[in-house]
Amino acid sequence: MITTDILIIGAGPTGLFAVFEAGLLKLKCHLIDALPQPGGQCAEIYPKKPIYDIPAFPEVLAGDLVDNLMKQIEPFQPGFTLGERADTIEKLEDGSFIVTTNKGTKHHAPIVAIAGGLGSFEPRKPQLENLSFYEDNGLAYMIKDPEVYRNKKVVIAGGGDSALDWSIFLADIASEVTLVHRRNEFRGALDSVDKVQELKNAGKIKLITPAEITKLEGKEKLEAVHLKKGDETTRLEVDSFIALFGLAPKLGPIADWGLEIEKNAIKVDNSLDYQTNIPGIYAIGDVNTYPGKLKLILCGFHEATLMCQSAYQRIFPDKRYVMKYTTVGGVTGFDGTKKEAPKAVVKAIE
Amino acid sequence: MTDIKIHITDREGTTHEVDAPTDMNMNLMEIVRSYELAPEGTIGICGGMAMCASCQCYVESNHELPEMSDDEDAMLAEAFNVKETSRLGCQLHIHPELDGLRVRLAPEE
Repeated sequence: MITTDILIIGAGPTGLFAVFEAGLLKLKCHLIDALPQPGGQCAEIYPKKPIYDIPAFPEVLAGDLVDNLMKQIEPFQPGFTLGERADTIEKLEDGSFIVTTNKGTKHHAPIVAIAGGLGSFEPRKPQLENLSFYEDNGLAYMIKDPEVYRNKKVVIAGGGDSALDWSIFLADIASEVTLVHRRNEFRGALDSVDKVQELKNAGKIKLITPAEITKLEGKEKLEAVHLKKGDETTRLEVDSFIALFGLAPKLGPIADWGLEIEKNAIKVDNSLDYQTNIPGIYAIGDVNTYPGKLKLILCGFHEATLMCQSAYQRIFPDKRYVMKYTTVGGVTGFDGTKKEAPKAVVKAIE
Repeated sequence: MTDIKIHITDREGTTHEVDAPTDMNMNLMEIVRSYELAPEGTIGICGGMAMCASCQCYVESNHELPEMSDDEDAMLAEAFNVKETSRLGCQLHIHPELDGLRVRLAPEE
């Protein structure tokens, strides 16, 4: 069981900055994120794109913003459960919570702050009949263990980096790799495209474009796919079909936690502290809604700050505290580091 | 003239005639959101970067539209329910020549 003061669900910019504000109040944080790396959308969708509305940053790349946040919160030693999705929540008698991920990791904290953005990123699924029957039964949306495909006939569909990268990787493992895409053009790193071209010329990858998979077939498990190119449909015997159509965010299991949902977002009390209808559970950043809500990183930062003050009061109802400026109080990390403004030097003139 | 008329058929099949400003650097996805013609969280998910297809629409009038960028083209190659007339609303900027445009929102993925 992982224990912490504030359990943050979502490691995007808002969740990361909450670690800093909590740290100033000597509260420890642990973050859960479905993606394998911190940064949320900024890291997953547009790391190389600029943002122009972060106060005092005339321009910053989304990936750099995440790197800077990670550096800023380092002294507060946040814990991370990455690549796992927060699935269930249980409220204990003392008012604290246990959050369990899809992989069974349990987290215990008096405060839960949902900073889940648009939700957790889940694979986009093709629109085919009997899809769920073949899932994990010959059909996959991500590759966990490439060895599963050793000496197997594999069809990969998709036009982005993951489709290209896995085609290249599996070319040496699988007995046959067929890459199917709806266009002749691929959107991916140039050297990956060149590499696939090379492997195609060498006969190690079969490339079928522009085409798409239209039907899955098999009694017990996937045995064949139907492939449509132009007006012609062919049947292709396969062991595995890997559909790599990118990721799309879904609010997911959080929607079933008993929280008040409006406009696909979690309703919070914005006049006070961004708490949800369940005391002790807060929602900050893009995942929440209130009158006048704007989904901006800078608003998420503000919401995270107010949430932490409220969380402190909730954990220590009898303690008095007033917010202190970092220029005055400095930043004392849990790792023993201390940053503070240099003292003024007083020297007489003779 | 700063406003143009656009006819938008929502996902339930109802057509709305709306006024769209041409002087606010808006795109069609944002017009749809500003009139709440699709629930928040189901359109413009990526914010307008042509990185999701939640604002896909079918253009039903013969207006001359800007050419597709590589980003839009690639996204539509991976989207579902794509037709010949598909465009991403976020890539259609509102300007006076689009007066009278008719579009239909594609179903949610």
